[in-house]
Amino acid sequence: MKVHEYQAKELLAKFGVKVPKGRATDNPEEAKKIAEELGGKVVIKAQIHAGGRGKAGGVKLASSPEEAYEIAKKMLGMRLVTHQTGPEGKIVRKVLVEEASDIAKEMYVGIVVDRSAEMPVVMASPEGGVEIEEVAATHPELIFKEYVNPVTGLNVFQARKLAYKLGLEGGAVKEATKFILALWKAFDATDASLAEINPLILTKQGEVLALDAKMNFDDNALYRHPEIAELRDIYEESPLEVEASKYNLNYVKLEGNVGCMVNGAGLAMATMDIIKYYGGEPANFLDVGGGANEEQIKNAFRILLSDKNVKAVFINIFGGILRCDRLARGVIAAAREMEVKVPIVVRMKGTNYEEGKRLLEESGLPINVAETMAQGAEMAVKLAGGEA
Amino acid sequence: MSILIDENTKVVVQGITGSEGSFHTEQMLAYGTKVVAGVTPGKGGMKVFDRIPVYNTVEEAVRKEGANASIIFVPAPFAADAIMEAVDAGVDLVVAITEGIPTKDMIKVKAFMKGKKTRLIGPNCPGVISPGKSKMGIMPGHIHRPGTIGIVSRSGTLTYEAVDQITQLGFGQSTAVGIGGDPIIGSTFVDILRLFNEDPETEAVVLIGEIGGNAEEEAAEYIKREFKKPVVSFIAGQTAPPGRRMGHAGAIIAGGKGTAAEKMKALEAAGVHVVKSPAEIGKTVKEALGR
Repeated sequence: MKVHEYQAKELLAKFGVKVPKGRATDNPEEAKKIAEELGGKVVIKAQIHAGGRGKAGGVKLASSPEEAYEIAKKMLGMRLVTHQTGPEGKIVRKVLVEEASDIAKEMYVGIVVDRSAEMPVVMASPEGGVEIEEVAATHPELIFKEYVNPVTGLNVFQARKLAYKLGLEGGAVKEATKFILALWKAFDATDASLAEINPLILTKQGEVLALDAKMNFDDNALYRHPEIAELRDIYEESPLEVEASKYNLNYVKLEGNVGCMVNGAGLAMATMDIIKYYGGEPANFLDVGGGANEEQIKNAFRILLSDKNVKAVFINIFGGILRCDRLARGVIAAAREMEVKVPIVVRMKGTNYEEGKRLLEESGLPINVAETMAQGAEMAVKLAGGEA
Repeated sequence: MSILIDENTKVVVQGITGSEGSFHTEQMLAYGTKVVAGVTPGKGGMKVFDRIPVYNTVEEAVRKEGANASIIFVPAPFAADAIMEAVDAGVDLVVAITEGIPTKDMIKVKAFMKGKKTRLIGPNCPGVISPGKSKMGIMPGHIHRPGTIGIVSRSGTLTYEAVDQITQLGFGQSTAVGIGGDPIIGSTFVDILRLFNEDPETEAVVLIGEIGGNAEEEAAEYIKREFKKPVVSFIAGQTAPPGRRMGHAGAIIAGGKGTAAEKMKALEAAGVHVVKSPAEIGKTVKEALGR
């Protein structure tokens, strides 16, 4: 799960990570008030779940509370398009108003789980303010890593080593060491999957601060962090994805016109791939799961069809625990209720597929039954008006 | 032969009294798996299906029934503990079916397992099947057939698809292993490939990967270096958008890394027969074997 910068900063501050003074608001008057409290000169930052805000005009400096008001007024409600939002952009619903910092040096520190090493790794670089992937590609020697032993946690000496690698001296080393240890504490305590501070800054006054902050959390661990689960911002997700999540369906909206409904994540991805292979474009990823019931199938089908781009539907099921007859009943019930206007292709294999096939064929609905995955994909692409 | 499990494997089911656990215990028994015991803390002394004894601890199930492998259907919040209990009881193999275990819990499990003899498969996986011998998992047994093709996969239903294609073409499987879709898992592609390399009955291997991480690249390096048998591979998620989790916790292209294209390239460079369409897995196995 992703959170906004202001939420990440509030959370990090609780663990002793130093962040600039400031607050988020959805109101220009309030932005002005915050600027007054902070002494006039502030930075206004658009709060959306995407990087590249600065270049897109989502980060602005205000030299007075009045200017803060004007900028906040313009920014709130605007559609911000960055290289990470896609062409449709994202609407700014909140801005973070922060005191402006005197930057002496920009650096990077981040924590992720290294999948191969099977432990968290803290990465630091004296090159801050640019994307870390870019640094990794051009100057890999400038990224320093310390792996975290799950028994000891991040040791003080490791944080200190990284602080020296950042190119800091004297009191700043101590500050950075403390910062990195606090960041680790926050990462560990919240079941984070990513905690990234870019840039991490040294101010002219000698403070080490998180100028920006990004945190992602392990969805599987949210059950033990209800306070983090509450930070979810459904405006950042597509409405259909929010709807799907209510029924425990894994749905990701894509740009194509062949809607897919599949059981199992791997087969669902493979189904998207085979649609593309036959010259079509998938409209979505949809995994109804291994043990889907009729009700879930019905809702999945409804969500799939409410995507206006969908011109044909390909249902690809390999029945294991999910029996094909049950799937067929769900599809028939949904199709009868909804007045389906697009062609449907169903391919079923596995447990009880003869029964499922019979039910579909005898339903009187305009359902095309395919024998194989390849045939089904080809049919669906053709029916959607593709090239196959 | 086969890898990991065979007709002598004695299975204890952890979470046997839950709905998933009891349903699949019945399925496994029907397939011929030697399920010798179940474990549900607090329910020791009862019997499931009038014949499988339930114990409070895995240690007891091992001591009294001689279980040497455990399959886990325990809910996610308690699953890591269940895995460690099985490891502590000294079974050779643990298959964790449970989906949704927090990554941090798995990091602890992996640290706990260091230096111990137990091998872990999963979590978030369909399990392991050696057709005609034993099934420790949730896959539909009837689509499998004893044979010489080894299968290793991060997926569930996509594995069934590959198995079915192979069976339809008249071949069979030595063992099919679902290693799981999570970022941190018990056994990697390389671990399982090593076993297939040593198994005289396995003639060729199907490797089914997906986006996220670099386990496929590591497999490619290993295959190039040591693997003696033909490998056919499909990587799911060629059309997946970056930065989005595709169902599996581990299936995400992060920071431009973990794409299907990179993985396919690495595998091709290692001499693997990489197919673009998932419908061509079986056919390509047949060609790779020259039949």
